[in-house]
Amino acid sequence: MIALLDRIKQPRVILADGAMGTILMQRGLKQGEPPEKMNLEKPEILEEVAREYLDAGAEIIQTNTFGASPLKLAFFGLSDKTEEINKRAVQIVKKAVGNRAYVSGSCGPSGKLLQPYGDVSENEMIDSFQRQLKILIDEGVDIICIETMTDLREAVLAVCTAKSISQSVPVCVSMTFDSTPRGFFTIMGVSIEQAVKGLTEAGADIIGTNCGNGIEKMVSIAREMRKLNSIPLIVQSNAGIPALKDGKLVYPESPEYMAKWIPELINIGVKIIGGCCGTTPAHITLFRKIVYEYYN
Amino acid sequence: MDIIKEISKNLESGNTGEVVKLTEKAISDHIDVKIILNEGLIGGMSIVGERFKNHEIFLPDVLLAAKAMNAAMDILKPLLIKGDVPGLGKVVIGTVQGDLHDIGKNLVAILLKGAGFEVIDLGKDVAPEKFLDVAESENAEVVGMSALLTTTMPVMKTVIERAKARGFFGKKKFIIGGAPLSADYAREIGADAYCYDGMNAVDTVKQLLKVG
Repeated sequence: MIALLDRIKQPRVILADGAMGTILMQRGLKQGEPPEKMNLEKPEILEEVAREYLDAGAEIIQTNTFGASPLKLAFFGLSDKTEEINKRAVQIVKKAVGNRAYVSGSCGPSGKLLQPYGDVSENEMIDSFQRQLKILIDEGVDIICIETMTDLREAVLAVCTAKSISQSVPVCVSMTFDSTPRGFFTIMGVSIEQAVKGLTEAGADIIGTNCGNGIEKMVSIAREMRKLNSIPLIVQSNAGIPALKDGKLVYPESPEYMAKWIPELINIGVKIIGGCCGTTPAHITLFRKIVYEYYN
Repeated sequence: MDIIKEISKNLESGNTGEVVKLTEKAISDHIDVKIILNEGLIGGMSIVGERFKNHEIFLPDVLLAAKAMNAAMDILKPLLIKGDVPGLGKVVIGTVQGDLHDIGKNLVAILLKGAGFEVIDLGKDVAPEKFLDVAESENAEVVGMSALLTTTMPVMKTVIERAKARGFFGKKKFIIGGAPLSADYAREIGADAYCYDGMNAVDTVKQLLKVG
């Protein structure tokens, strides 16, 4: 396999995997339980998920470490397990995919708010990201994927921390926007323009958006992002906004519905396409087919 | 600009230091504490709530305004109690047992306080009996329950059932909110109302208590 940053320079779009959290819920993760605990207790399930996404055609497979920063793990009294949880997560994906796919180290929000509106200092936040990202990088991930960010300051801290650990591991960072009558903003009030500018200046290699919306709105966000500069873009859409049916969360967007939008994302110039909450290996399988047809 | 307007303006921009200083000055100038509270703090906070609803400002702005409001309330509270200023009503609020998500609940607490209600925030992972015990001992008119998880929302039903058993039901108002909830679910479990967001919670509590 060529280095991921070289692969990105090739014209063809890169397919990433789909959801992790919602898939794990289908496979026994109880709501309210931290998914990252499964790295220690149920590694075989994570291996299975990684393999299914690989078989579906994903070129990038993520580790189950979205909530594995010590600040976030502290919500569950697990921060002392940070090293073990992150280490195991990378090993599991590597075992499942070998060198047939790039391994992406997932890093989500800390779950805490920065001062002055929150109670965590920038240094505490950096320390937390540092502890998680260092292990992911030391274990040999091909890319760090900082995702579902809503506070630009926190996202920038995470990007800079990753870059301070390694200059060579590419850093991807994506934010979650809400559609408002005044345009797209994160809940913390970050506009698309601010996000693109701030994340690019922070030194990210790939920027974009994940979660929070169905595919149609994600296409609009990508279009707005593309107008602002030429940094490689990533889009990982939810399978729509979930509805509650008989006590279960149901994501409305089928593989067929989402796949229809894939050519449009490629036309806009999005470089990496994957899925977020509610997407499954079935979605990625169909995306793969559409991507193939697009280029042939 | 008069000092009350200045309090309101500084609260809007989340300037805690100025709000505290101005509140202290207003008190020493013998301005009625009710006016400081209603027109300065609550007035400022209602503008914050409106602007948040209209997506003109965002979560950090609301949190900063809330910090300023809380700091000023610490100064006013002893005077309000002494002056026996009647509040709009008392609300006990919390995220239900088994659920650790509290951003939405905190926001509702802030906006209710900002609107002039007394809010007793029980935090997250709150046991059913705790809601009822505190509602009883504090003589609260409203119990507000929040949940983000489909697995924890049934706790709300438990709270209402126990309220019925304890003879609260119909006497106190029960409101619910959170991502997986709906007006249908509120009807199903017998809650008085479902609130779809923070400002809607304020409007709902006002309607239920026929105040404001």
